[in-house]
Amino acid sequence: MISALDKKLFRDLLHMRAQALAIVAVIAAGVAVFIAEFTTLASLTESRAAYYERQRFAEVFAVCKRAPKSLAARIEAIPGVNVVQVRTVAEVSLDVPGMDDPAVGQMISVPEDRRPALNDVHIRDGRYIAPDAPGEVLAGEEFMAAHKLKPGDNIAATINGRKRKLTLAGSALSPEYIYVVRAGEFLPDKKRFGVFWMGERELASAFNMEGAFNDVTLKLAHGANEPAVIAQLDALLKPYGGIGAQPRAKQTSHWYLENELSQLRALGLAMPLVFLGVAAFLLNVVLSRQIATQREQIAALKAFGYSNVAVGAHYLKLVLIIATIGGAVGVASGAYLATLLAQLYSEYYHFPKLLYVLPPGVIVAGVGLSTMACVSGAMISVRAAAKLPPAEAMRPAAPGNFRPTFVERMGLQRWISQPARMILRQLERRPARAMLSVAGIAMSAAIFVIGFFFVDTIEYVIDVQFFRVQREDMSVTLFQPRQRGALHEIARMPGVLAAEPFRVAPVTLRVGHRSRQVGITGLTADAALHRVLDAQLRPIVLPPDGIVLSTKLGEVMGVAAGDALTVEVSEGARLTRQTSVAFLSDDFLGLSAYMELGALNRLLREGDSMSGAYLRVDPRLRDSLYSRLKAAPSVAAVSMKDTAITSFRETLAQNMMTITLINSFFAGVIAFGVLFNSARIALSERARELASLRVLGMTRGEISYILLGEQAVLTLVALPIGIVLGWMGAWAFCKYLIESELIRFPLIVSERTSALAAVVILVSAAIAGISVRRKLNRLDLVEVLKARE
Amino acid sequence: MTSGANPIVAPPQAAVFSARGITKVYRMGEVEVWALRGIDLELYGGEFVVLLGPSGSGKSTLLNILGGLDVPTEGNVRFLEHDLTAANERELTNYRRNHVGFVFQFYNLIPSLTATENVSLVTEISQRPMDPVEALKLVNLGDRVNHFPSQLSGGEQQRVAIARAVAKRPDVLLCDEPTGALDIKTGIVVLEAIERVNREMGTLTVVITHNSAIAAMADRVISLGDGRIQGVRHNTSKISAKELSW
Repeated sequence: MISALDKKLFRDLLHMRAQALAIVAVIAAGVAVFIAEFTTLASLTESRAAYYERQRFAEVFAVCKRAPKSLAARIEAIPGVNVVQVRTVAEVSLDVPGMDDPAVGQMISVPEDRRPALNDVHIRDGRYIAPDAPGEVLAGEEFMAAHKLKPGDNIAATINGRKRKLTLAGSALSPEYIYVVRAGEFLPDKKRFGVFWMGERELASAFNMEGAFNDVTLKLAHGANEPAVIAQLDALLKPYGGIGAQPRAKQTSHWYLENELSQLRALGLAMPLVFLGVAAFLLNVVLSRQIATQREQIAALKAFGYSNVAVGAHYLKLVLIIATIGGAVGVASGAYLATLLAQLYSEYYHFPKLLYVLPPGVIVAGVGLSTMACVSGAMISVRAAAKLPPAEAMRPAAPGNFRPTFVERMGLQRWISQPARMILRQLERRPARAMLSVAGIAMSAAIFVIGFFFVDTIEYVIDVQFFRVQREDMSVTLFQPRQRGALHEIARMPGVLAAEPFRVAPVTLRVGHRSRQVGITGLTADAALHRVLDAQLRPIVLPPDGIVLSTKLGEVMGVAAGDALTVEVSEGARLTRQTSVAFLSDDFLGLSAYMELGALNRLLREGDSMSGAYLRVDPRLRDSLYSRLKAAPSVAAVSMKDTAITSFRETLAQNMMTITLINSFFAGVIAFGVLFNSARIALSERARELASLRVLGMTRGEISYILLGEQAVLTLVALPIGIVLGWMGAWAFCKYLIESELIRFPLIVSERTSALAAVVILVSAAIAGISVRRKLNRLDLVEVLKARE
Repeated sequence: MTSGANPIVAPPQAAVFSARGITKVYRMGEVEVWALRGIDLELYGGEFVVLLGPSGSGKSTLLNILGGLDVPTEGNVRFLEHDLTAANERELTNYRRNHVGFVFQFYNLIPSLTATENVSLVTEISQRPMDPVEALKLVNLGDRVNHFPSQLSGGEQQRVAIARAVAKRPDVLLCDEPTGALDIKTGIVVLEAIERVNREMGTLTVVITHNSAIAAMADRVISLGDGRIQGVRHNTSKISAKELSW
C-alpha cells in the first residue's frame, strides 16, 4: 500500500515532469559519459592485458644495424632476461593491385617451423606460414581489409631492390601493432602502411642478414631491473650499431594506447563532473521552488504531526527518484555509447577481440556519483523544508526584497524601460542563481568548443604541414646516400619542374645523461619546396653552422640556443661529433632536428651527398613520373603529398564527426536543461505578476519579453564566458592530454567553432523559450489571480 | 477567563489546556511585534470555544501555541499532564500527531491528493484513526471521496479539511477562521460540520474568528484584542449553526 505522502510525491513528480525530464537528461548524460569512458577504459585495459599475455608481448625493444646471432646467447645471459627474440625487420615498398599510390610494408621475420617466442601473431584468417613455401607472408588484418585482400592473394614487393611476388597465407594481428603506424608518423594509414610477417630464412637472405639480426626484443624475469638490463643490452649492441633500447612504455603502439587510456581516464571524470554539477544546480533551483510553492502544504503536514525528518525525507525522495531515473537511463545509454566508442577505437586499435567489460564497480561509481551530486545539490532546499517552522509556514512568504539595480543606481535608469528594469532587478535579486545559470550555460558552450576545436586544430596542422612546410608534390628517398649529381638525373626526368636535395641522417643526440634517437634533416639554405618554419610560420633560414632543434626536442634534451651537443651517427662510419644548437623552432610532430645541407655533409665527413629529393611536379605527367621513379633501382620510396593529405583527412573525418555529434548533443542537453528550468521556475514564481500585467493591458509578447528577456540576458552573458572557458579547456586538453614527444598541437579555435557553439546554445535557448512561451500563452488570468500564492 | 477563581467559569470537567502568562514577541526585521501580552486561560474537554477578535489581536498566535506549532516567548502552557512550553521539537510533533486536529482558513489541502488521500495522510500516522471515508461521511462528503481539491468547491474543501482534522480522533480541534474564505451559506455548512464533531465526538473545539455572529454557537466566547483577553462570555443558550446569520 502506497502511503498518501508517496502518492503526493508521484503526482508532484508527474506535474513537474518536463522539468524533471530535463534534469534526468543532464544526469543521464553525465552518467552515460562516465559509464562509457570507464567501460571503454576497462575494456581496452583488459583486452590489452589478455592480448599481451597470450601473445607474449615483449618488454624491451632494441634495434641495431647488423649483429651476429651468437650475440643472442650473451643477451640471454644478462641478469633479469627471461626470453630473447632476435629478428630481421625491414621496410619494403609494395605494389598493391588496384592502387597507384605507393605503400610501405614493414617486414618482420618469424620462425617458419614454430610460432615466435615473443610478440606472437594472432591469425585472424587463413593460416600461419608454411615451413617451405617461399614468398609466403602473413599480412596485417587492417591492411588486408583496406585492400580487400584474402588469404591466397598475391602482392608484389620491392625487397632490397629486387621485385618479389608475395603470397598472403593469412591475415594477422600482433600486440606490437595494436596501433599500426609507420615510424615517425602519428596517424595510421591502413592503405599505405602494412605490417608483414615473413619466414626468417627468406627475409634474412633477402636483406643479407643470414646468421644475423637487426632487431631484438626481450621478456624480463619477474622483478628484473629494467634500466639495468637496458644498459647492458645497449652495451652489447653498441658495436653492432645499436641505437639504444626502449622499454615497453616507449614502444610506439603501446605508447599511443597508453596515451589514449590516460585521456579516457581524465575525460571520463572531468566531463561527468560538469554534467553532474549542472544537474545539482538544476535540482537545487527546482526543489527550492517546489518547496516555496508548497509552504502551506509543509505547514499542514507538520501541523498533522509529520516530523521534520519525514518532511525532509519526502523531498529527498523526489530528488532520489530523479537521480535514480537519470542514473538508470545513463547506465543504459552509457553502455550503448560504450559500444559506439569501442567501434571507434577498433578503427585505430586492433585487438583480436575487444572484450566488452561493464564492471559493476563502474555502474556503482557512476550511479553513486550522480546520486551524491543530486543529493548535495538538493540538500540545502531539503534542509530548509525540514527546518521550516510550521507557524511561519502558515503565513505566505514575504514579498521579495527588490531594490534598484546597480545600473539604475549609477543613474542610467533613464535609458532603461520599465520591463527591462524588471528583468535587471529580477536578475540582481538572485545573483547566485543568475550566476549559476550563467555558469551552466557557459559550461555547455565550453563542452561544445572542447569537442569541436580538434577539427580546427587538425585543419591548421594540415595547412601548415602540407601547404607551408611540405610544399613539394612528391618526395623521393634513395636506398643509399648518393652524390649531389643524382639530383640532376632526377631533375631531368620528364614532369619534374623543380627538385631540391635533402639528406636524412639517423643519429643519437646526447647531452650529459640525456639522449634521443632522431633523424637530422639537411636542407639547402635557400630551400623553397620543403621549409622549416618558426612559430609565426615564417621560413627559417638554416644557419651555415650548428643544428636547429624543435622546441620540444630542445626541452627533452635540456638545451637552448648556443649549447653544445654530441651527435652519434648511426650509419656509415658511425662518427661521434660535436655541434651546437643554433636555435629552437616550434613544430607539431615528432622530435625534429635540421641542419643546412652543407653543414650536415661536413658533420658527417662526406662530400655533397643527399639521401633523396623533394620535387615539384607537372600534374599532367605526375603518374608517369611516379611509375618511372618507382621502377628506378636506386629509389627506395616515393611519396606523394596528395595521398598523404587524403589519408590524413579520411582517417580523422569520420571519427571526428561521431565525437562532434555526441558533444553537440550533450552541449545542447545542458543548455536546454538550464534554460528550460530557469524559464519554468521564473514562470512559476511570476505567474501572478505576469497575469496582473496582462490584466493591466500588456500583450502576450510584452510579458514574454519580461520573462524570456531574463533568459536571453543569461544566455548572452554566458556565451562569451563559455567560449573562453572552451578555449581554456581546449588549451588544457592540448597541453596535458595530447602534448608529447610525438605530437604537439597548437591551440586553434576557429570563429566557425565559436559560432557553432553559439548556434547550438541559441537554438537550445529558443526551444526552451518557445516551450515556456506556449505555457505563457495559456496563462489563465482569472485562475492565476484568484489563487492564493 | 482571566483566572481560575472567576465565578462565571463552571468547569464541566478537568482543564485540558491551562495557560499562564503567555507572551509572544516576534521580530519582524527591525521591529518587535507583541502578538500576545500575558494570556491566562483554561480550556475544558467537550467545550466549544470561540476566540473572537479583529485581525492582529493575537488569536492566530494563541491558536498556534495551543496547537504546538509555535512556542511562547514567556509563560507556560500545559496540555493535560504535558508541559508544551518545555517540549522539544520531537515531543511537539508527537503532540500534534496524537492529540491535535487543525483546520486552516485556506484549507491547506494537498492539491495532488484526493479527498480520501488527504485524510489518509493523517490517519496513516495516528494511533487510533477513523476510516478516512467514514470521516468524510461525517462531514457529508461521502459522495466526493475520490475528488481532487481542484474539483471541489471552497466549502467542500474546508469540509475535507475538517474530516482530515477529526479522522485521528483528536483531543482538541483547532480551527483558524474556518469560514474566512467562504460565503455565508457555505460557511454555515462548514460550521455545522464542526458543530457535529463537537457534539457527537465530544472533542474540545476552538474556533477563532473575527466574525462575532459565529460566537453565538459557542459554549464560551473569549474576546481578544491587542494581545490580551478583553473579556469572556458564557453562552447560556447557544444556538445551532443553522440558525446563524451574518
